[in-house]
Amino acid sequence: MKVLVAVKRVIDYNVKIRVKPDNSDVDLTNVKMAMNPFCEIAVEEAVRLKERGVATEVVAVTVGPKAAQEQLRTALALGADRAIHIQTDERVESLGAAKALARVVEEEQPGLTILGKQAIDSDNNQTGQMLAALTGRPQGTFASEVVIENDKARVTREIDGGLQTVELALPAIVTTDLRLNEPRYAKLPDIMKAKKKPLSVKTPEELGVEVASRLTLVKVEPPAERQGGVKVGSVDELVDKLKNEAKVIS
Amino acid sequence: MSILVLAEHHDGQLAGATAHVVAAARAIQQDSGGDIDVLVAGENVGAIADAAARLDGVSRVRVADAAVYAHQLAEPLGELLVALADDYGHVLAAATTTGKNVMPRLAALKDVAQLSEIIAVESADTFQRPIYAGNAIATVQSDDALKVITVRATAFDAVAETGSASVEAVDTVVDNALSSFVGEELAASDRPELGAAKVVISGGRGMGSGDNFKLLDGIADKLGAAIGASRAAVDAGFVPNDMQVGQTGKIVAPELYIAVGISGAIQHLAGMKDSKVIVAINKDEEAPIFQVADYGLVADLFEALPELESKL
Repeated sequence: MKVLVAVKRVIDYNVKIRVKPDNSDVDLTNVKMAMNPFCEIAVEEAVRLKERGVATEVVAVTVGPKAAQEQLRTALALGADRAIHIQTDERVESLGAAKALARVVEEEQPGLTILGKQAIDSDNNQTGQMLAALTGRPQGTFASEVVIENDKARVTREIDGGLQTVELALPAIVTTDLRLNEPRYAKLPDIMKAKKKPLSVKTPEELGVEVASRLTLVKVEPPAERQGGVKVGSVDELVDKLKNEAKVIS
Repeated sequence: MSILVLAEHHDGQLAGATAHVVAAARAIQQDSGGDIDVLVAGENVGAIADAAARLDGVSRVRVADAAVYAHQLAEPLGELLVALADDYGHVLAAATTTGKNVMPRLAALKDVAQLSEIIAVESADTFQRPIYAGNAIATVQSDDALKVITVRATAFDAVAETGSASVEAVDTVVDNALSSFVGEELAASDRPELGAAKVVISGGRGMGSGDNFKLLDGIADKLGAAIGASRAAVDAGFVPNDMQVGQTGKIVAPELYIAVGISGAIQHLAGMKDSKVIVAINKDEEAPIFQVADYGLVADLFEALPELESKL
C-alpha cells in the first residue's frame, strides 16, 4: 500500500509572531520556518507504517513556494521515499491546497493519505476534510490511533470529551492529532541521504487547478494586549482577590 | 437569503454551543436579513429538536432523523448539508470536533472557502478569526455565494430559550458505504474536558515530576477544574501529550486559568492567554508568565498548592 503524506511549511512554533506595521499580514521576513508540528506527526505515522510492513512506499507532498522544498527534504530525511512539490507563490488556503492534493491523489492512488489536522499559521483545520470530500474518500480526522486491517482503516479520533473509533473503507484520508505518535528527529546520515532522494516539481497549472485564495485578507492585527496584573503577597490574598475582585470562584 | 445552523448534540441533549452559534447567526442576520433555521441531524433526535425550537431567533427547526445520521459521521452529514445548502446564504456550526469534521466537506463539495472559528461578525460577508493560535486576529471577507462558517462558541453570548420555532422533518436520507461507527469512549473522569472547562489548572516543568501533578488534583476537585500542562512538562515526560495546553496542544479560554510552575513560553501563552482571569504561581519572579497574569504569586509551589487547596 502506498501512503501519501502532505506537509506544510510554517513559522517555527517557538517564534513570536509579529504583525506587519501596515496590518496587511503577519511578517514572515527572516523568520525561522519549519515543518508544521501536526505534519511531523503525519510523516512519523507514514514512516512507522512502512517500518511495520503495512506501507510499501511513502510519498511526501507539499503545496507552496520554492523554499518549501526544505520541508520535503526533512520528510525524506525522516523516511519518506520520494517527494512531490506543487510549486506556487500564491497565498494558498485550504480549498486550493485540497484541490491540488486531490490531483496528486488521483495520479498516485495512495491507499492512505495522512495530513496534519491543522497548520499552526492559518489554524483552519480544513484541508484533510476537503481532500476527502473532493476525492470521495472517507475521513478519520484528529486521529490518535490508526490500525490498517485488510482493506479497512480503524481510526480512533480525539473528539470533545473523549475518543471515537470509526472504520473507514480504504482508500481513506487521515488527519493527525497530538497523541498519534511522537515524531523522531532526523539523523545526520539520513539528512545527507535525503538530498539524493527523488523530488519532482509540478505547478498548479500543470495539474489544471486554481489554488489562489478566494478569501480577501482585509487586515491582520495583534490581539488586544493583556493588562499586566498585580502580584499578591500570599495565598490568602490570592483567594480573596479571586472571590471578591475577579469573582471567578465562590 | 436564510441562515442554517447545524445543531450540536450529544447523548440525546442539545449541546450548549448551539445557542452561541445561533447568536452568531443573529449577528449575521442583522446585516443579511432572512430567517434562521436549525438543522438537527441524528437518530431519535425529537427531544433535541424541541430544545432547538426554544432558542430565540430561530424560525424553523429542520429534523433529519435516520439511522445513517447516528453519531453524526462526517460523510453522510456532509452530504445532507450539501443537499440542503442551496436554500441558504450561510451555513454555521460550532467549532467543535463535530463542526470541524463536517463543515469543510460541505465547503469543498460546494466549491467555496470555509471560514474557521470566527470570533466576531463585522457584516454578512466579513468576519474576524484568530490565526497563529490567537497571536494575530485576521479580518477576512468572503465573496462566495455560500458562506460556510465554524464559530468559536465562547466568543458569542448564548441566545435565550424563550422562542417557539416550527419543527419540520427533512426527508433526505443519504447512503454511507464509506465509514461506520465502531465505538466511543467518553472520559469517565468527573473532571471537565480541557477545551470546555470553566476553570483550568496547569502544571509546568516546575512541578518537578509526574507524581507531583497529584498536588493539582485536590484544587481541581474543589474548583471543578480540568488539569492541563505546559509542553515543557509533557516533553519532560511528566504527563501525557493530551494534557498539553499551547500552540501545539489544546487552546483553552476558561473563566479562570491557574498556571503553576509554568515560565510562560510563547507557545504556552498562545494556548491560554484568552482566558478571562489568569493566575500564575511561580517561584521565579522574573518568569514571563507574570506579564500576562492578572494575579501573580511568587512562591514555592510545593508550599502554595497545599495551602491553596485548604483555603478554597
